[in-house]
Amino acid sequence: MKSPTSEARPHMTRNEGLIFERSAPGKCGVELPPLDVPPVAAAGALGEEFFRPDIEDFPEVSELDVVRHFTRLSTWNYGIDTGLYPLGSCTMKYNPRLHEAVARLEGVATDHPYTPESLAQGCLRILAETMRCLAEITGMDAVSLQPAAGAQGELTGLLLIRAYLESQGSPRRYVLIPDSAHGTNPASVVMSGYEVKNLKSDARGCIDLAELSTLMTGEVAALMLTNPNTLGIFEPDIRRICEIVHAKGGLVYMDGANMNALVGIARPGEFGIDVMHLNLHKTFSAPHGGGGPGSGPVGVKSLLEPYLPVPIVEQLEDGSYTLNYDRPHSIGRVRAFYGNFGMAVRALAYILAYGPAGLRQATEDAVLNANYIKARLKGTYELPYDAPSLHECVFSDRRQAARGVRTGDIAKRLIDYGFHPYTTSFPLIVSGALMIEPTESADKAELDAFIDALLSIAQEVEENPQLVLKAPHTTRVTRLDEAAAARKPVLRWKPSSRLRDWTL
Amino acid sequence: MRYLSNSDADRAAMLEAMGLGSVDDLFAPIPPELRLRDGLKVPGPLSEAEIFEFFRQASSQSAREYVSLLGAGAYHHYRPVVIDALIQRGEFLTAYTPYQAEISQGGLQAMFEFQTLIAQLTGMDIANSSLYDGSTATTEAVLMAMRLTRREQVAVARTVHPEYRQVIQTYLQHQGIHLREVPYDGTGQVDLQALDDTVNGSTAAVVVQSPNFLGLVERVPSVAEIAHRHGALLIVTVAEPLSLALVKPPSDADIVCGEAQSFGVPVAFGGPYVGFLATREQFVRQMPGRLVGQTTDTEGRRGFVLTLATREQHIRREKATSNICTSQTLMALNATIYLCLLGKKGLRMLAEHNLAKARYAAAQLTAAGGALPFSAPYFNEFVVQVPAEAEELLAALREEKILGGLELGRFYPELRSHLLVCVTEMVSRASLDRMASVYQRHCTRESPAGNVVSLSR
Repeated sequence: MKSPTSEARPHMTRNEGLIFERSAPGKCGVELPPLDVPPVAAAGALGEEFFRPDIEDFPEVSELDVVRHFTRLSTWNYGIDTGLYPLGSCTMKYNPRLHEAVARLEGVATDHPYTPESLAQGCLRILAETMRCLAEITGMDAVSLQPAAGAQGELTGLLLIRAYLESQGSPRRYVLIPDSAHGTNPASVVMSGYEVKNLKSDARGCIDLAELSTLMTGEVAALMLTNPNTLGIFEPDIRRICEIVHAKGGLVYMDGANMNALVGIARPGEFGIDVMHLNLHKTFSAPHGGGGPGSGPVGVKSLLEPYLPVPIVEQLEDGSYTLNYDRPHSIGRVRAFYGNFGMAVRALAYILAYGPAGLRQATEDAVLNANYIKARLKGTYELPYDAPSLHECVFSDRRQAARGVRTGDIAKRLIDYGFHPYTTSFPLIVSGALMIEPTESADKAELDAFIDALLSIAQEVEENPQLVLKAPHTTRVTRLDEAAAARKPVLRWKPSSRLRDWTL
Repeated sequence: MRYLSNSDADRAAMLEAMGLGSVDDLFAPIPPELRLRDGLKVPGPLSEAEIFEFFRQASSQSAREYVSLLGAGAYHHYRPVVIDALIQRGEFLTAYTPYQAEISQGGLQAMFEFQTLIAQLTGMDIANSSLYDGSTATTEAVLMAMRLTRREQVAVARTVHPEYRQVIQTYLQHQGIHLREVPYDGTGQVDLQALDDTVNGSTAAVVVQSPNFLGLVERVPSVAEIAHRHGALLIVTVAEPLSLALVKPPSDADIVCGEAQSFGVPVAFGGPYVGFLATREQFVRQMPGRLVGQTTDTEGRRGFVLTLATREQHIRREKATSNICTSQTLMALNATIYLCLLGKKGLRMLAEHNLAKARYAAAQLTAAGGALPFSAPYFNEFVVQVPAEAEELLAALREEKILGGLELGRFYPELRSHLLVCVTEMVSRASLDRMASVYQRHCTRESPAGNVVSLSR
């Protein structure tokens, strides 16, 4: 392979078993300060019937064992810090280390959620400032930071819609969802007690106004849409869409997963959206952490404000902050305490770093980068929906599938070129989708290397499809048998596992 | 802007390659009337030093100078520095859900270890790789029990964390489920007679917390017997899982869930934390949340993958077991590292210290006029009836830079003038002695112990 598309070199530390396999009796990775009160015999204090003599097979390792173990494991992972991570719909942007530092300050990381308000003004102020900024960015009237993740934000938003419609006489029965939607949308609809009605996309990949007008009846509580949608296409008729739904007394929910295409450019509150959620781990750069913690704040127009989860942070006339629990119309709580506070800290730090012009610049770069990828790959990979798109682009594997190579195979081969793959097989309306979202964090040189890799793979598909079908070739493990894992699940280590002679 | 990598020349070159004059052309699909004319009214841009200063100032308006005896679902334990050194490695911090297993083996193996540690601690067969927090894990356990039993009533002990109960209520209100609260008795544990009267053939699950919100260890085998006699499942939620190092695991339960924040995750004003859910092997296909399974690669090497995804929303959409998409992987990793560092011996020793400190505190406070209204065994948290107006006493303790506990009247009207006091290894003997002397000074009653109100409901 020629430069700059040469294959990545393998990882260095391949041999590391499970922590339980490192364990040896008597080892311990901590020492406690001396006990400054009289010791108590646990069996006596708790009573024999409640006493546990031992935690069987629990690990016993030194501090260095732990450091080596997890450091080695870390080298088998790919992160944004390693390189481009263009997972579509996931917005894998740079996570500044400053955010980790400020979230760990004593007084930010150490205040207990039940600290008296007078002694928690710093934390309450952080929550209030974050809420204010998010309301401004989305054009909504009020924000709750309580939902722990995007999917919980969806559920919260739907419960708000339900509470509002109930106050109008009937909660109604259905929620309309475009077929391009993320799987959490229909799952959240069911949890909120509604039934899903699917809305077919039109030839442009957008919402079909005629179909919407037909399906939008007095039985429909809401339309739940993503804008820009999962193809990265902005719904050009968004105002009209909202009018159609509102005319029948329904509300419009917007999944804000793709807000990275809009920040500083346009505000959903001005489209006619009634309620939306944001993903602080996407648009606002809270680290994804290998799959959480997330944070899914919900923004609403004033008609839904009385129903927001309790408590709400409010500012009093003297400038101090308080938690208001006295909200009789609230849907209740969706999570203990006040949500993932630490993620709000990071989101606020992100907003402060960019400021108004910077937030807009970030959006522009994200859209520019995605369109550049689209323009350069368009001749080689099939573009099923060729409408102008914003922050991500979605190709199909149709041409490569003719040679027996699918999107998942191309993704695996990208790993050999040193990149994290794009999102495979989503959205469902594109057969064999390659969904690419570079974000603003990549520069042109990195994009070119990524594009060159995909062009090179397309050539490999023509010349030597087996090379792609057997990829990755450079990782610590080759393709893993997912079918076997699901057929006979092994979900934990047991001492008997030792008997098996694993090749590492 | 320091976080952006493109140079102006890069931007110009990309626009030129696409034949565009301006980046504005790319936003043409957004109708002009919907485009913002003015800049957003948000603060910034700020330099790193300015942002650090902003948060440093916010952090000074806090209780950081105070000794805290607050527990109630968020526990202040010492965090070994190794945790942050490891979880801040970029490969862990900046990765996403391990859909591409070949370049995610580190995270996947760590979650397999988390699942194992939680199963070992809870005495269950299997555990998932985390849920949002204790409140949502408990709620997901209830939903899981409803799927398994196809019944529509749930009996929840009144001593389950009040905020957990509120979350269950919010989730269940539109599922046609009836929540029935079961009172506690004079011991502070769930009232077994009342429970027996509440549970019937329509009950999907009985939910108890152990140690419960009042700090008391529940009689899990007796509760299990009642639940199982009626064909209901038993859910035990654990908010302070350090207790599991000394307290018999609730192996009679069908689902053990809860909050693992106690394992080295900062209290951080309520989150992010890490929920867990463990159960019997036979229920695996009705479990919510991500599961990591062991398998082999094409050359026979051991490896790990996300498995049983057919339960999940991205495949099943409206038929999924839950709408949950992410877990709390980084916090689960935090807990995993913590548990490995402490290990069998360290965790036990730490639990013994907590137990001893709580006993010492209880003895000092009762000697200074407080009273312990409940007789059941406790771990590191207990209820004390205070010898003065609770708010007044808490204010006096604050003068001494002590947060003296949670006033229980807020959640249990019958427990006004009672505090929930949590004593971890972070509280020194000297602080406890200081606290007792404040009790002594404010003691307005001669013999509070002789004045115990009836607490059962």
